[in-house]
Amino acid sequence: MRTALEIANLVRSGELSATEAVEESLASIEAQEPQIHAFNTVVADRALDRARAVDQAVAAGSDPGPLAGVPIALKDNMCTSGIPTTCSSKILDGWKPPYDATIVEKLAGAGAVLVGKTNLDEFAMGSSTENSAFGPTRNPLNPSLVPGGSSGGSAAAVAANMVPLSFGSDTGGSIRQPAALCGTVGLKPTYGAVSRYGLVAFASSLDQIGPFTNTVADAAVAFETIGGHDPRDTTSIPQPVPNVTEALERGADGLRVGVIAEMMGGAIEGFEPEVLARTREAADALAAAGAEVEEVSLESTIYGLSAYYLIAPAEASSNLARYDGVRYGNRVAQGTSTADMMVATRTAGFGAEVKRRIMLGTYALSAGYYDAFYGKAQRVRTLIIDDFNAAYEKFDVLLSPTSPCVAFPFGAKADPLTMYLNDVCTIPSNLAGHPAISVPFRTGANDLPVGVQVLGPMLGEAAIFQAAAVLETAA
Amino acid sequence: MSTWETVIGLEVHAELATESKMFSPARNEFGGEPNTNVHPVCLGLPGTLPVVNEKAIELAIRVGLALNCSINRCVFARKNYFYPDMPKDYQISQYDQPLNTDGFVDLPNGTRIRIERAHLEEDTGKSTHIGTSGRIAGADYSLVDYNRAGVPLLEIVSHPDLRSADDARAYVQELRAALVAVGASDGKMEEGSLRVDANVSVRPAGSDELRTRCEIKNVNSLRSLGRAIAYEAKRHIQLYENGERPIQETRHWDEEAGRTQPGRSKEEAEDYRYFDDPDLVAVDPSAEWIEEIRAALPTLPAELRAEWITAGADPELAGTVISRGLGPLVAEATAVGADINKTLNHAANTIDPEELGQLTPDGLAETVKMELDGQLTSTQAKTVLQDLMELGGSAAEIATSRGFEAMDRGELEAMLDQVIADNPDEWTRFCEGEAKLQGFFTGQLMKATRGQADGKVINQLLQAKKNA
Repeated sequence: MRTALEIANLVRSGELSATEAVEESLASIEAQEPQIHAFNTVVADRALDRARAVDQAVAAGSDPGPLAGVPIALKDNMCTSGIPTTCSSKILDGWKPPYDATIVEKLAGAGAVLVGKTNLDEFAMGSSTENSAFGPTRNPLNPSLVPGGSSGGSAAAVAANMVPLSFGSDTGGSIRQPAALCGTVGLKPTYGAVSRYGLVAFASSLDQIGPFTNTVADAAVAFETIGGHDPRDTTSIPQPVPNVTEALERGADGLRVGVIAEMMGGAIEGFEPEVLARTREAADALAAAGAEVEEVSLESTIYGLSAYYLIAPAEASSNLARYDGVRYGNRVAQGTSTADMMVATRTAGFGAEVKRRIMLGTYALSAGYYDAFYGKAQRVRTLIIDDFNAAYEKFDVLLSPTSPCVAFPFGAKADPLTMYLNDVCTIPSNLAGHPAISVPFRTGANDLPVGVQVLGPMLGEAAIFQAAAVLETAA
Repeated sequence: MSTWETVIGLEVHAELATESKMFSPARNEFGGEPNTNVHPVCLGLPGTLPVVNEKAIELAIRVGLALNCSINRCVFARKNYFYPDMPKDYQISQYDQPLNTDGFVDLPNGTRIRIERAHLEEDTGKSTHIGTSGRIAGADYSLVDYNRAGVPLLEIVSHPDLRSADDARAYVQELRAALVAVGASDGKMEEGSLRVDANVSVRPAGSDELRTRCEIKNVNSLRSLGRAIAYEAKRHIQLYENGERPIQETRHWDEEAGRTQPGRSKEEAEDYRYFDDPDLVAVDPSAEWIEEIRAALPTLPAELRAEWITAGADPELAGTVISRGLGPLVAEATAVGADINKTLNHAANTIDPEELGQLTPDGLAETVKMELDGQLTSTQAKTVLQDLMELGGSAAEIATSRGFEAMDRGELEAMLDQVIADNPDEWTRFCEGEAKLQGFFTGQLMKATRGQADGKVINQLLQAKKNA
């Protein structure tokens, strides 16, 4: 399978048609989908129409853009006009948005061709894609294992070479962790670097869209395509998107790398030894390439998980209130009052994990508990930001494992708390709003891929891409 | 038994007169076919995000300045509760960091009413319940219109400083005049663009305690506001005098029955689970911007009223004109030389604030001047003003085209002589002291001049002839 950049370059130079590229992608999906179930919706006819339009543009001598003819997949929580957007929830089954998310417009403007919408944990709540109302996605490397989550479908689609580029959303690790478990590259950009307009909200202060790719260079061009200020999202940063492609060739000479002690067998427990070993090897590889590598302690990150499981559910409890059966999606018309109907709709429409988080969040925001839970969690968030900022005075990037473990079997983490621990290394970046990337770095238990996470400061994408490119070469 | 004092605090919701909604590009317009002034954002569709309407901030600051408030860095918060009229099942409002705080309004009687806050929020849609009852209970089904959903609202909260229904009405009138004068709202209670909830309690006169209050909703006019407060205060007094106490609750004013009724009983107190809206960033108006807005404010109604009274205006007339929202028009007309009391008179009685049409301050001033100079009778002046409102133009032109040339005194005298000649008996009786015949001769003369004679001039002529 070609990379996204290879396809785009061939299409732009007229050596490959977008139609061929999309047909290849659709064939790959058709062959593997029964086994993998990466997609909720495949829009084959629409994709071929769009591909032909790209080909016509090339034939007419115009440049369709940096992702010309590249087949892409979007996590099914990004709004696509006229195409179902379900969030893998029964409550939105069949709903077709009347508008496109900003990222959809940007990708179309860059010549990319949408082939389908990928499976996820319902409303992006989970770390295994087992919480989808439409059945789980399987890990292409071993179908008896989970692909990670919540963007499991997007990770699997790239890992299985169904598409060279897909997009997910990362609220607590939902891009990076499945990227690690499927052996792909996964980027969570700086909060506000990519518009959230049209991304169905899970936790608004943490959600961020990012790409899955097979190469670091593809992730770079994808980020440059989708980034930038959007007046429809007032939390988007009013600055041009950083050029990160330039950074890929810089090497690691003089790069200051801090390895997060707490995530290397320190204060946080439960890491697979192979995962820690690969992360140390990654640090050594950076040092060998000329980086200055040191261990650094970020004490408050150990409270990240607890803070996250108050803040994210609190915001979710409010964001998900609108699914009440009144305006769109499914309605269960039971009882004798509007309130009865709302309760019946939400009882039938939401899965167990979504209900659990709505209840957690409602409780955390309740009068009398706000200060003890939500308020305290926000203070922890500030401490984490302070810790990171202190570390970034000494380091350009930080390093840690992406996930404590490699891909695991279905049902292996049925206890929610055990599942939540999957995100212990990824959550702090979301709480701080900082960028981080997961790069596959060799294999761990059962020859399964290990992901190494490179973290950077606010808008520090160039530095993390710089380090990621070195790791990709060394892997 | 002790005497009782009523304690009232008002929450006034004013819809701001912006082009688009508070957080959505949809149009902000009253009326319209249901669900036509909507957009994915104000429908709260999944994935949409709110964007603050800067014009709404500006209008809210204007009001804040007019109400002598501090203007603050402010944060939007979510007020969470399930309601089918509310597309997101939360309302974006302001909670612990509102835009305007700590202002005041001085009533015409000199009482100062403190404003606690005036914060921005979004309006809800409207439900219509279809079925025999027309109410939600027993309805066959309900329809929701989201045209109003997301319209910017300014909630102006007073301290419990009001002590009577009359004061409450005066306060709302002052507030409305200020809102209209600064161009923030059209202030129409009947269309719901100004809505008033009253928190009412009573206490023994002279006490400074705050007793259990009831919130009265569904008050749709100033008259209802006065009646509702009077009723509610009386109800509380009766309860206390019977050894009972009111319970804190929301009650609805029933205009027809003339009483307040308990709202739907709630099993437990609402917990709105306020938290800062993570989709929005704080709004921090710069000092320069605030000063720019302040500099552009018109003279405020209370200031105008004070100026007029100093200039010899009738205070009641001045108050009426202010509350009709015609202060700026009168101010501009008098600035170009129109007589204050005559202008106020027309503004209070002739000019419809809803139908100003083409009427300009110059047109008004010109009309008043012609009337004062005797070129127009007061009846004619009214007609000229009506024409100015409908058609525009100059008062002199209208007077000419209407044939309102001032009746020459000599011409009128000749006509009077003819009327006397035609009615010799009546004239003799009038001269012998039958005063009521003055009306007869005035009527005859008006008839002869087709209403164009000035009544005062006729009167003078009649007296002169009689005494001659």
